[in-house]
Amino acid sequence: MMEAIPTGYCLFLSAILFTIGVVGFLTRRNAVLVFMCIEIMLNAVNLSFIAFARRLGSLDGQVAVLFVITVAAAEVAVGLSIIVALFRKRKTVDVDQIDLMKW
Amino acid sequence: MIAAAMVVTGRNAVHAALFLIINIVSLAILFLLLGAEFVAAIQIVVYAGAIMVLFLYVVMFSGAAATPEGPDRLAWQRRIAVVAGLMLLVLAVKVISHGGLGPVPAGKQVAGSPAVIGEIVFTQYALPFEIASLLLLVAMVGAIALAKEKKE
Repeated sequence: MMEAIPTGYCLFLSAILFTIGVVGFLTRRNAVLVFMCIEIMLNAVNLSFIAFARRLGSLDGQVAVLFVITVAAAEVAVGLSIIVALFRKRKTVDVDQIDLMKW
Repeated sequence: MIAAAMVVTGRNAVHAALFLIINIVSLAILFLLLGAEFVAAIQIVVYAGAIMVLFLYVVMFSGAAATPEGPDRLAWQRRIAVVAGLMLLVLAVKVISHGGLGPVPAGKQVAGSPAVIGEIVFTQYALPFEIASLLLLVAMVGAIALAKEKKE
């Protein structure tokens, strides 16, 4: 390692990225974009996992990141196929239009 | 890097996907700097390779590039969401700066080379590894079943 990046910086960047993800998740109407915002949030958490793994000198955090990436891949595959099925049925990907379960 | 994430919340879905790729690649570079070489490589391969191809495919397929038209029925919720997000950010920054995390203590450097990671995954984390593989199988079958055309 050439120089040490302070753990605090990584955590700040992680917090900012997570907030961007949350706001995007809550405000976007396109279902695909909502999924991208979920990916941003997962990446933010991965970043803090890696930063803490570095700080604590243990590799457990990096293994946790690997599992997070695995689960994210599975989630994206299923979620996007749900979107495709939904688009076939309703001809829209606008999450506001999908209110079948609203009472 | 922050800018790349900012523009993900832009208008066009294809542009958003491309900016998300930039975001992911820069995070991978950061992982590399943080001593997680294997995770950085996996990040590039899985995210920038596989997941983004899926995203772009679905964006093209569903014609979702343009923002949906129609009345904005949830405008008030959006404003509340932005406020709540800012509150979350303030809270997180407060908590982090309270911790006072300085530079990494010397002598505790780790290097996540594939050999070391593999050794841990296949010994200490063998059961989660198997569960993850099962999860991937189930997700694959489920995705195929969901996306299949219904034959009448």
